Amino acid sequence: MKHLLSMADLDRADIEQLHRLTDSFAEVSKRSIPKVPALRGKNVVWLFYEDSTRTRLSFEQAAKRLSADTMTFSVGSSSVKKGESLRDTVLTIEAMGVDAIVVRHGSAGVPWQIARWLDDRVHVGNAGDGWHEHPTQALLDSYTIREERGALDGMHIGIVGDVKHSRVARSDVLAYTALGAEVTLVAPPTLLPPSLEGWPVKVSHHLDDVLPSLDVVGLLRMQQERMTEHLVPSLREYTARYGLTLRRVDAMRHDALVMHPGPMNRGVEISAEVADLPRSVIIDQVRNGVATRMAVLFLLLGQGADKVLGPDDVTEPELQEVIG
Amino acid sequence: MDADDVRRAIWRMAHEILEHNHGLDGVVLVGLQTGGVGMAEAFAEALEEIDGRAPALGTLDVAMFRDDIGIRPVLPEAVTDIPVDLDGAIVVLVDDVLFTGRTVRAALDALNAYGRPRAVQLAVMVDRGHRELPIRPDYVGKNLPTRRDEVVNVSPQGVDLGEVVKS
Repeated sequence: MKHLLSMADLDRADIEQLHRLTDSFAEVSKRSIPKVPALRGKNVVWLFYEDSTRTRLSFEQAAKRLSADTMTFSVGSSSVKKGESLRDTVLTIEAMGVDAIVVRHGSAGVPWQIARWLDDRVHVGNAGDGWHEHPTQALLDSYTIREERGALDGMHIGIVGDVKHSRVARSDVLAYTALGAEVTLVAPPTLLPPSLEGWPVKVSHHLDDVLPSLDVVGLLRMQQERMTEHLVPSLREYTARYGLTLRRVDAMRHDALVMHPGPMNRGVEISAEVADLPRSVIIDQVRNGVATRMAVLFLLLGQGADKVLGPDDVTEPELQEVIG
Repeated sequence: MDADDVRRAIWRMAHEILEHNHGLDGVVLVGLQTGGVGMAEAFAEALEEIDGRAPALGTLDVAMFRDDIGIRPVLPEAVTDIPVDLDGAIVVLVDDVLFTGRTVRAALDALNAYGRPRAVQLAVMVDRGHRELPIRPDYVGKNLPTRRDEVVNVSPQGVDLGEVVKS
């Protein structure tokens, strides 16, 4: 695999292969010495233009378990502050001799742009680009459901909350539908994208209508900024209509799972008690994140010149924004 | 070799394992993914029939320890499962074919993560030569002289020799 840019580049067979690989790497974490030499001598740089704790730590842990060397480029303490452009930053990092760049950026399309600037000489992993995609999250989410329930075929999965601003939602929709699940987005009209044309999803504005038929409830983080943008009247009103409370859990199927990509706002999109129920697999998602990212790094860096999965030509994203 | 030959070789090697280790105390069979797993199971059955008890049985995928990662496509094929602590154990690595020895070298590295065995031994159904490392088997089903470009296929039904068909 040359790059991991979008879930749209992976078909069902690719995702299933990644899940099988994740099984192998999950076992590594259980060993008394949870480290293998697979990526010895490979150098990965984390290029994070946006804050991230869990994704960066998770990638870091994954790289260390594979014996890769890592460098962190944190924007706060770098020459970006002095006005260096993204392109110059990337070319500088490449010149130091790195094998892969894992990037998070506030603008959609940055990972593609980097891959193009570097003429595919360096592997690029997308750790979140704007509102566009977050492929490793979708891989670990679908892996967690598969781990709990065996397969996603025929499942009904609800993605609840701020879909409009969520890269997790976009990647999850692609992964879940590729694996044969039916997805319903549940959100107030103000928190849905202006157009859902071409999305293989159903939409509902009423969580209580959908809840009884769901096999998985995937909650999204509700951000405070949405209040100031007047997209929802108040957090309390959001919680009243879309928050997963104990009362709502009673309406769920007894075996339905509760997921959240974190960080959680307990008391807003999920009540404190619900987050700690046995059916809530939020901590499992974090654990599976490490094994998933090991599989991704191994596929990016461990395969020599040969392509193992994914298309030769990555598709261009539709949401290109100005990148500088 | 046909199916009976393979079965007889398993039984002979099972006897050799018992004789060499004075029983099964501390013996752990570890089949290498994927070709050695079925053979390790066959050993375990034979040993149980001969000695009245089955040895501990595990499987090992060495993909993450190979020295050709990055040179050719290498993918883990199945999950490693070592159910016992290997500290002080006598590990018998089991594989179908011994060729360059690089898989066994990777397996020796991989075992380190599970403890420090008292001894590691190697059982293979076919030793086809062409070693690239100083590794030799302790138990051999059959020594089979081959050319480098030939393919050896081992199954419970027998051992076949073929050529790579270039597509």
